[in-house]
This record gives sequence, C-alpha cells and structure tokens, in this order.
Amino acid sequence: MKRHLISAADLTRDDAVLILDTAEEMARVADRPIKKLPTLRGRTVVNLFFEDSTRTRISFEAAEKRLSADVINFAAKGSSVSKGESLKDTAQTLEAMGVDAVVIRHGASGAPYRLATSGWIDAAVVNAGDGTHQHPTQSLLDAFTMRRRLVGRDAGLGRDLAGRRITIVGDILHSRVARSNVQLLHTLGAEVTLVAPPTLLPVGVGHWPCAVSYDLDAVLPKSDAVMMLRVQRERMNAAFFPTEREYSRRYGLDGDRMAKMPEHAIVMHPGPMVRGMEITAEVADSDRCTAVEQVAGGVHTRMAVLYLLLGGNEPAVTHARTEETK
Amino acid sequence: MDAEVAEVSDAARPVLEGPDIARVLTRIAHEIVERAKGADDVVLLGIPTRGVFLAGRLAAKLAGITGRTIPVGSLDITMYRDDLRLRPARALARTDIPPDGIDGRLVVLVDDVLFSGRTIRAALDALNDIGRPRAVQLAVLVDRGHRELPIRADYVGKNLPTSLRETVSVQLDEEDGRDAVLLGERRETGVPAAEGRPDETARSGGR
Repeated sequence: MKRHLISAADLTRDDAVLILDTAEEMARVADRPIKKLPTLRGRTVVNLFFEDSTRTRISFEAAEKRLSADVINFAAKGSSVSKGESLKDTAQTLEAMGVDAVVIRHGASGAPYRLATSGWIDAAVVNAGDGTHQHPTQSLLDAFTMRRRLVGRDAGLGRDLAGRRITIVGDILHSRVARSNVQLLHTLGAEVTLVAPPTLLPVGVGHWPCAVSYDLDAVLPKSDAVMMLRVQRERMNAAFFPTEREYSRRYGLDGDRMAKMPEHAIVMHPGPMVRGMEITAEVADSDRCTAVEQVAGGVHTRMAVLYLLLGGNEPAVTHARTEETK
Repeated sequence: MDAEVAEVSDAARPVLEGPDIARVLTRIAHEIVERAKGADDVVLLGIPTRGVFLAGRLAAKLAGITGRTIPVGSLDITMYRDDLRLRPARALARTDIPPDGIDGRLVVLVDDVLFSGRTIRAALDALNDIGRPRAVQLAVLVDRGHRELPIRADYVGKNLPTSLRETVSVQLDEEDGRDAVLLGERRETGVPAAEGRPDETARSGGR
C-alpha cells in the first residue's frame, strides 16, 4: 500500500471530503486549552526543504507537533546538499534513521514523486510544493476555506463544492497552487475559470478541466470565490507582460473590482501578498479576504493529511491514480 | 464502545427492546440525580456513535426530573485509542464540548456497551486534554464483562454476562430505526482474534 500525497490529482472526491471533514475536527482541537493529540506519538517526520519557505514549513511543523510527532527540520542550505549530495543519498540517510514520513519541498517538479516511487525510502512522502508542478496541501486548505465560507462550517461536513464558481487570477504558468487547485476543485465539483494574460498561461491549458478567460471584469460577477495569485518576480525571467502597472490595471483586484463580485463572494490569496501589485491593501484588509483564515486552515488540513496517512497501519485515503502510475 | 453491527449473525436475539431501554435510561437518570444530589453541575458526554444518542436521551430525562437544562456533548476518542496503529486510519467522529467547558463539573461519560474498558481509558485521556472535571463517572446501557483494564461503570442499564464468542449489538432509533439490544453469535471474519478484539471493530463508523 502506498501512503503518499504527491498530487491533488491523486485524491478522489471521497478522499478529499474525508480530509476536509477531518480538518474540521482538527480545527476544534485548536480551540482547546491543550492543542495537542497523542496520535503520532513515537513517529518521526522530517521536513525536507530544498527551497525556501517559511509559511508552509511552519504550518507543517505546527501540524506535526500538535499530533505529537517527533519533528526534524532539514533545510538544504548549509547541509550536505550544498556540498553536492544527491536526493538519493539524502533519502537513504533518512531511511537509515528510521523516518516515518518526509514532507518535501523541492525546486524541481517531480522530486517528491521520484522520492516516493524510486524505492529509496519506505516513509510516507507528502509533497509540500515541487517546482511549478503541485502543492496538494495548499489546494486542500484552499478548498477547506472555501467550504467553510461558502457552504458553512457545520453544514459543510460531508459535502463538496458542487456548482461553486471559482476564479483563479494571475500567473498560472508558474503556479503550482493553480495546478493543484484546478484539479482538486474539479474533483470537488466546482467550476473553475482561469484568468491571466495569454503569456502567463501554460501550453495545453485547454486540456485542463477548467475554463480560461483573459477578461477579469467579465468573470467577477459570476464568481463565488476569486483566488489571486502572486506574481512571482523570481520566475519572471522573460517579458511576460509590458509593465507591472499594466498588469495591475488589467488583472489586479482593487475595491472597484471587488464591488462587482456577488455579495457572498470571497477573495483568496495563497500568500505572500504583494500589496499594490495583484491586490490592493483595501481588498487585502477587507472582511472578504480570507488570506489569514487560509493560514489557520493550513495547520488543520495538514494535521488531517498527516493523521489519515500515518495514523493507522494503512492510510485512509485511497490514492486512485498513484496506484496506476506506479 | 460501538456495537458490532457488521458481525451480528442473523440469529441475534433481543435482550432489551424499546420500552426496556426507555425504562433503564429513566432509572439511570434518577440514579444520577440521587448520587449527584440534584445534578447541578452534571455534564453528559456521549461517546460516538450511539453513546451520543444515549447521552441526548439521558439529558432529556434529567431535564424532566430536575427542571434544568443539562449540558450535553460528544467526545470522540479515536485519536486516543491504543490500537490506532493496528488498523487502518479511521474517520474521526464529532467532539462537541458544551460552551461552559468541563472544569470543576461532574462529567458523566455515556456509552452503549462496556466491554474491554479500553474505550473508556481513551476517553479519560481525551478528557485530560480538554479540562479538569471535579469527578468523572460512567454510564453504560449494557455491561458485557471481559474487562482488560481496571475500569467499572457507575450506572449500568443491564449487566449481560456473555461469552467472547457472542456479540452484543445496540440499535437505537436515531441511527438504526429501532431500539434494541441484540445478543448474537460471532461470525468468522477472518481477522485474527488478537487483533479483532470485539470492541474495537465498528469504531470507524463516522458520523
């Protein structure tokens, strides 16, 4: 039995709903005076971060510690990796130490899949972002936030996002968040529309299970949630758009645009937000912006994923596709 | 613990029917009032799934007797089980603690069947993380014996001496459409006896 979470596409609808429901129960733990469960006592989890990340690493670390796992943080900078050690050697070192799970972030798309399927290591592998490929726990926490806001905290239990219209705006080309979200939201029954300049859409986006538009203003009135993506300056190695100012005018979300959204619609952002570029401070600080809730939901969702993968002797999630592609 | 619906044979015979269950719950409610001297600070916590329904019914009866609303909640003990690692990860049920909490209160845990005692041990651990009750008591509909831990119930609906080859299954109207306690023969499930400890079977039922 494989026990990995590599891609949002691995999850069936029932798996995804189970994770979201479990996350709601985990959220209740956060309201208690003692925010800790003995569930993963005696298990060792390594956070293997080859790429810088504060938010995701802290979120995973908090989730692991709340489940009483032993946590080892590994940052590639200053480690043997900077001396030239390969992923395989790192993996075998961790295997020799008897690690139960590896949470990996890597700049190369596919590194977690390689780690999970190469036979180097027995541990469960959880993808915490690989290149421009996938960030499955981010899409789960986004879905968690959407379900809470659009369906309701208790009313949402056992339900998916069928019929909700979600718009994802910005740099789709470089965004693993967008890829994961399109797949997961589609699995959960939502209708996804991507909005971006043509230069920031990947080749083959027509085959994705979503609609594509270049006109944000036309899509906003029909959206239940609008997810703004960060313009990744570090990946802007070519002229994807003429100026930041022009991008901001066509694809940035300001107060006037937000007013075009339906009353109940929410604004989401995976962070870090670049205020004034893709989102104005007015929108970022409004009640409709869920950026902070998403961070809290991240801990609950990651607790749910870790519990369902590691809590028993077999994971509770079935992973439809990983079994086939293995 | 939960009843072992999946493993009950067709030949299960009822040992308690609907009116009997109502009667023993009334008796337990009176016993709680008597022992707690009025049930002023009582909080009822049901253990999912059927313990929650029983706790709800007890709360209604206590309200009838005392004229006060008795706080009632549910306590999922899945994450505190000692056999978590022996079985596939299971879905969590609901934990709902009344808004006023349990600090300084008399917590009465409510479950359908008391068997090995491991569920109650887990529940005590879970309570530990939620607050500090003045005292904890245990009310069960059926005590079938075979304890593996030094735990006993304060309020028992029916003592039901059983053999390990038998199953006790509680059905409640809220979940099963009828009220009954059924005694049946265990079917061969192919699960080794050591792992397939009878009371640890049907916990994965979820909400």
